[in-house]
Amino acid sequence: MPPSSNGSQPAIAVHNLVKNFGDVHAVRGVEFNVAPGEVFGFLGPNGAGKTTTINMLCTLVKPSAGWATVAGHDVVKERDDVRRNIGLVFQDPTLDTYMTGAQNLELHAELYGIKSNLVAPRMRQVLEMVGLWDRRNSPVGTYSGGMRRRLEIARGMLHSPRVLFLDEPTIGLDPQTRRSIWSYIRELKEREEITIFMTTHYMDEAEWCERIAIMDQGEIVALDAPDRLKAQIGKDRVMIHTDDDQAAIDALKQRFDIDARIAEGAVTFGVPGGEQFVPRLFAELGVPIKGVSVSRPSLDDVFMSYTGTTIRDAEEDAAKNRNRMMMQMMHGGRR
Amino acid sequence: MSTTVRVPEATTTETQGVIQVHVPPHSIASELRAIRIVWRRDLIRFLNDRIRIAASLVQPLLFLFVMGSGLQRLSSSGTHGVNLKTFIYPGILCISVMFTAMFSAASIVWDREFGFLREMMVAPVRRSSIVIGKCLGGATVACTQGIIMILLAPLVHVPYNFVLIIGIFGLQLLLAFTITAFGVMIAVRIKQMQAFFGVMQMVVMPMFFISGALFPASGLPGWLTVLNRIDPLTYAVDPMRRLVFNHITISPIARRVLDPGVSWWGWHVPALLEAGVVVALGLLMLTIAIWEFSVSE
Repeated sequence: MPPSSNGSQPAIAVHNLVKNFGDVHAVRGVEFNVAPGEVFGFLGPNGAGKTTTINMLCTLVKPSAGWATVAGHDVVKERDDVRRNIGLVFQDPTLDTYMTGAQNLELHAELYGIKSNLVAPRMRQVLEMVGLWDRRNSPVGTYSGGMRRRLEIARGMLHSPRVLFLDEPTIGLDPQTRRSIWSYIRELKEREEITIFMTTHYMDEAEWCERIAIMDQGEIVALDAPDRLKAQIGKDRVMIHTDDDQAAIDALKQRFDIDARIAEGAVTFGVPGGEQFVPRLFAELGVPIKGVSVSRPSLDDVFMSYTGTTIRDAEEDAAKNRNRMMMQMMHGGRR
Repeated sequence: MSTTVRVPEATTTETQGVIQVHVPPHSIASELRAIRIVWRRDLIRFLNDRIRIAASLVQPLLFLFVMGSGLQRLSSSGTHGVNLKTFIYPGILCISVMFTAMFSAASIVWDREFGFLREMMVAPVRRSSIVIGKCLGGATVACTQGIIMILLAPLVHVPYNFVLIIGIFGLQLLLAFTITAFGVMIAVRIKQMQAFFGVMQMVVMPMFFISGALFPASGLPGWLTVLNRIDPLTYAVDPMRRLVFNHITISPIARRVLDPGVSWWGWHVPALLEAGVVVALGLLMLTIAIWEFSVSE
């Protein structure tokens, strides 16, 4: 079933993977391979199906259809073999805050059956890697958010997994801590032979990945290296603030044949050579412009070009939908 | 129970390169290791929790001396010269163990709420190992409660006697295991701590009052007799009380009234069978808990 043609087996192989929760189609047939040693990222708004996909790959959720192998093992039929070969850092913390950092790691080592004489040196190694060796005997309850996340990364690495899954590893952390988490992950990548599969909805973080799959509404809409994805766009992003956005959109269409849309409260469009375009815009648009910004294509633009919306707006829509559904349920309940 | 890591300062890892470890395929040995660490975690947590330790000391004193001394004034004629505290001692011991065991089981709900359960759920070990470790851990913690109670024995005129103490210890050990299994069986289905305490109130207090911890289990109204006979606690309290009464000097009347024993349709259930009932119930509930845990999530 899994492809094993040329000897070099993919670290992760996914074929037509589907997950339905009742009527909700969370993942609609995704397909991709991740090579050994690759840093592979899943990018998309909340609710795009990233976490559900990760949960299927790490054997926590059974796929509704399709198959996947991780480290050469089928995620349904060889669940234990998959589990022995993966490390996990979840979106939500899974530490015992009443135990010390060392006790948390020790528990992990015992659950994973690591040879007793290797536990202490390996533990020291991963704790030093994330800079927590000195704090190992403090209860986790006294750790900051960033320290906890680092401890979870150390724990995920403790049993030398072949694939490390990081589900939103930096969510809820301040920018400085996010940077330090990333430097730990990069260092880890340099030191150990490991494949990293991560999800994020921070655009800037996705650029650390070697390849990225952009996910929207349960499907992969684009998959490539970040640079190549950006190159495909070939346009700079221009955002303008005006008093009459609709008039500006109409004028852009008429005078420049540009399709603009409103994103994050500004008239937004893509145009090659954005800086050169700005003077023409002021001269010829005919609608007063209050402010303008030009940016090089980012993954956000890639996301936008494939989905027609920015990540932030996609998340707001998802939140609105959830609220509407809840309202309907409440009213339905009263009737 | 401290788990300080002993690494010689000389062997810094920088010089050695990356230490590659290996996760072996699962075996009986690896499952036993998992059971042991889950068990040990319960102990570590208990020993780290000073309030819980303090509560485990105070609670039995409250039950035994406040309730015992207070009710003594009402019941002195009914107990035929036996101190009420002596009479309720086995019952109070059992209920103390039961509370502690249920509280230990509650940590499953706690772990689920705070995410830690997931760390155990994704480990390459059988779910049954986690449940068994949990039940043994809860039973061990509850056992420390039982030991505290055994130490208090002379204060309620129960002598330190080797056979008596071993007997009480054995019975409360079985009870601790059974009640933890019972608690885990319930806890696996519950997602929130508050809900668990609600269930505990609804289940533990009735089990306590119905068990005969505070009264002899004979001559009761029919409905209460039925409830009493299906209450697992009954089968721990009764043999323990018999054991205590075997080692103190009391009048035959007092013995007959206060220690009537448990009967099924008129047949007197022997103490060993009663202990067997406790064990059987424990194993049954453990099996249910394992099954529930395996199919959950």
